[in-house]
Amino acid sequence: MNETLEKRSMGLRASRTISNTIIYVILIVMSVVWLIPFFCIVLQSFRIESTWQVGYVIPRQWGWDNYRALWNSDFKRWYLNTFIIALAVAALQTIIVLCMSYTLSRFRFKMRDGLMRFMLILGMFPGMLTMIILYRVLKDLGLTQANAVPGLILVYVASSGMGYYVSKGFFDTIPKSLDEAARVDGATRAQVLYKIILPLAKPIVIYTILTAFMAPWGDFVFAKYVSFGTSAGMNVAVGMWSWLQQDMIGQKYTMFCAGGVIVAIPVTILFMCLQKYYVEGVTGGAVKG
Amino acid sequence: MKKYSDLEFLRLSKGEKFLYKLTSFFAAIPRAIGRFFMKIALFFKNLGVGFGKELADLVMTFKNGDWKTRSSYLVMGFGSIARGQVLRGLMFLLFELVFIFYMIFAGAHWLSLLPSLGKIGPHEEYNAVLDAYTRVYGDNSFKILLYGVLTLFFIVAFIYTWRLNIQQNKLAEEYLKSGRRLKTGQDDLRSLVDEQFYKTLLALPLTGIMVFTVMPIVFMILVAFTNYDGAHDGYNNALFGWVGLDNFRTLLSWSGSGVNYSATFGEILTWTLIWAFFATFTNYFLGMFVAMMINKKGIKLKKVWRTILVMTIAIPQFISLLYVSKMFAKNGIVNGVLLDLGWIKQAIDFWGSQEHNALLPRVMVILINIWIGIPYLMLIATGILMNIPADLYESSRIDGANAWQQYTKITLPYMLFITGPYLLTSFTGNMNNFNVIFLLTGGAPTNAAASGASGSVGFTDLLITWLFKITTGAEAQYYLASVVGIMVFVVVAVISLVVYNVLPSIKNEEDFQ
Repeated sequence: MNETLEKRSMGLRASRTISNTIIYVILIVMSVVWLIPFFCIVLQSFRIESTWQVGYVIPRQWGWDNYRALWNSDFKRWYLNTFIIALAVAALQTIIVLCMSYTLSRFRFKMRDGLMRFMLILGMFPGMLTMIILYRVLKDLGLTQANAVPGLILVYVASSGMGYYVSKGFFDTIPKSLDEAARVDGATRAQVLYKIILPLAKPIVIYTILTAFMAPWGDFVFAKYVSFGTSAGMNVAVGMWSWLQQDMIGQKYTMFCAGGVIVAIPVTILFMCLQKYYVEGVTGGAVKG
Repeated sequence: MKKYSDLEFLRLSKGEKFLYKLTSFFAAIPRAIGRFFMKIALFFKNLGVGFGKELADLVMTFKNGDWKTRSSYLVMGFGSIARGQVLRGLMFLLFELVFIFYMIFAGAHWLSLLPSLGKIGPHEEYNAVLDAYTRVYGDNSFKILLYGVLTLFFIVAFIYTWRLNIQQNKLAEEYLKSGRRLKTGQDDLRSLVDEQFYKTLLALPLTGIMVFTVMPIVFMILVAFTNYDGAHDGYNNALFGWVGLDNFRTLLSWSGSGVNYSATFGEILTWTLIWAFFATFTNYFLGMFVAMMINKKGIKLKKVWRTILVMTIAIPQFISLLYVSKMFAKNGIVNGVLLDLGWIKQAIDFWGSQEHNALLPRVMVILINIWIGIPYLMLIATGILMNIPADLYESSRIDGANAWQQYTKITLPYMLFITGPYLLTSFTGNMNNFNVIFLLTGGAPTNAAASGASGSVGFTDLLITWLFKITTGAEAQYYLASVVGIMVFVVVAVISLVVYNVLPSIKNEEDFQ
């Protein structure tokens, strides 16, 4: 009897070792697949024997030429544009999203349900549809092409109130009894927000800032529309996209790789530092819908 | 269809259970749609009833009110000022004055042109000074439509404020009659940071949404009923005007002269739905699978695996997508390495192959989307999986359940129940996933059969990238783009409604919170 038990447990252990080994193999393969593109892009950015696409990974001649070329190109301007947009959007959008989500989480007013349903329906329209008219309006205001930066900030920030779901979900988890206790002690609603809720909401504030800061780095379509082919008004995505088009890719491919590295490094470092908050936000958001 | 009680259901065999669930799901759809229309009917009924009540209330207030209230029907805020609520009254009065001035000096002009969208187009006129015919510009249809819509918005806002002003008077009168004190201007201001703090908080976000989302959407819906395009741009080339439902007819009718938009639309819509289905569910299940692997007891370096995957979220998509797209190009690294290794004889045309309706490019975008999407799903699934009570697994193991049974009986139902709403939003999000398609393929390879006057249409084009191509194409058919946009909305709305009404986890929102 003892023998059979032992055999069984040994069998279990063996099967566990096998299944764990399989999992390790899968995980290692996945890690390689996930990292290869980034590994390649870094290597290609140091390739100086040619500027076009090639079929091998390891450069034959190494050097900083591509990075130097970036410094002397419009890339500097695009980078600055994107950075300014990202900073402004991070600041303003956070304020707007917090106002919106706090209100919808804490106040029960007459129009609340209607408002939320209305915004749900609005969200079903493809945002691209509004591009045509927003472009014309921005053009009339003189905020397109070379002046695209303020125009883009305006548009990103103005409609950001619709993205309140994640942080509303977070505010819902802060007990309402805290508010009530403070109100009994004579605090106004505004004081409750500044003195009690905001300090508790630090994770979601950081999450909102982080996502707001990262979004402009990747925004492509609206930035392309608003800058309308004027290099001075482009962001990195639009500018670098143009480098990979038929007419440019022969001369700019390795520069694209170098630019990609320069764009990705600071954003990635920031993201990795604040990863904890991002994970919290994403998981919470998905659960609460 | 026969409905089983719980006990009867349990007695069914596995296949029968599945069949029953499937049929009851589809049987519920007509009911859900019916319920939806009932809701709409109810909404309009309530609207009518509410409107009647309002009118009756207005008449009664006028009949029973004192002279202060009555004069407020004409001069807004008069009653408030007369009763000592100066700040409130002045705000009303100011709003009325602004409205009247606007209507006289601008609003009336735009409104009068709105039905025609402009009368005088650009034309040649004799110029005596130059002694030549020069081009003279007339009305601007775009501005007429834009300001016309704004004026209508303003009128609605005015009617609402006017009604509010009368309600205020009625309330104030009742308050004074019952011997209570009215709120002073100071009280009003204080309440904006206290009881009515929500008004202060919402003012800025809602203004932004009104101006930059609602107004443009209303405008673009109206454009669907005009012939606004590059040739009829409303000012430089020619005016545009109302065409009724013609554009919808062009897109939806199967027998059109010239370009067959309906066939193109149908083809792209089909691919959009296929794409959204695969993009959502491959990511969902694989992401969950990866999360479970990393979470498994005995797997070491959990943090490392997670970090490697999460890192890819940080890198802006345009870099990773554009780069990966070029990696798989005909002269890209993947082909180069495969050729060097001797695994293939000829470079594979990952993005250009048209065989079997461009099966290869279509599979490629779905695969690369998995590469993009798994890290997000891994994060979400990890958070949820950790919340599943461990004793559920323990007791099921004692009962002799194997890993697969544990997965289908515990993990999967739990995940599906909690992430139901997320699945829905990610499905509709994928339908409108512009970045992945546009940056990877740009819609290529070109679908010659479907392409027409509206520019080239590709096999991997989604409705949303098609919309983009239409607006930026040579003919700039804004009216067509607008119709396509409305169709996207209709599809998304129908899917959401059906799912919302059928999924149990969404109906009982409170249950899973």
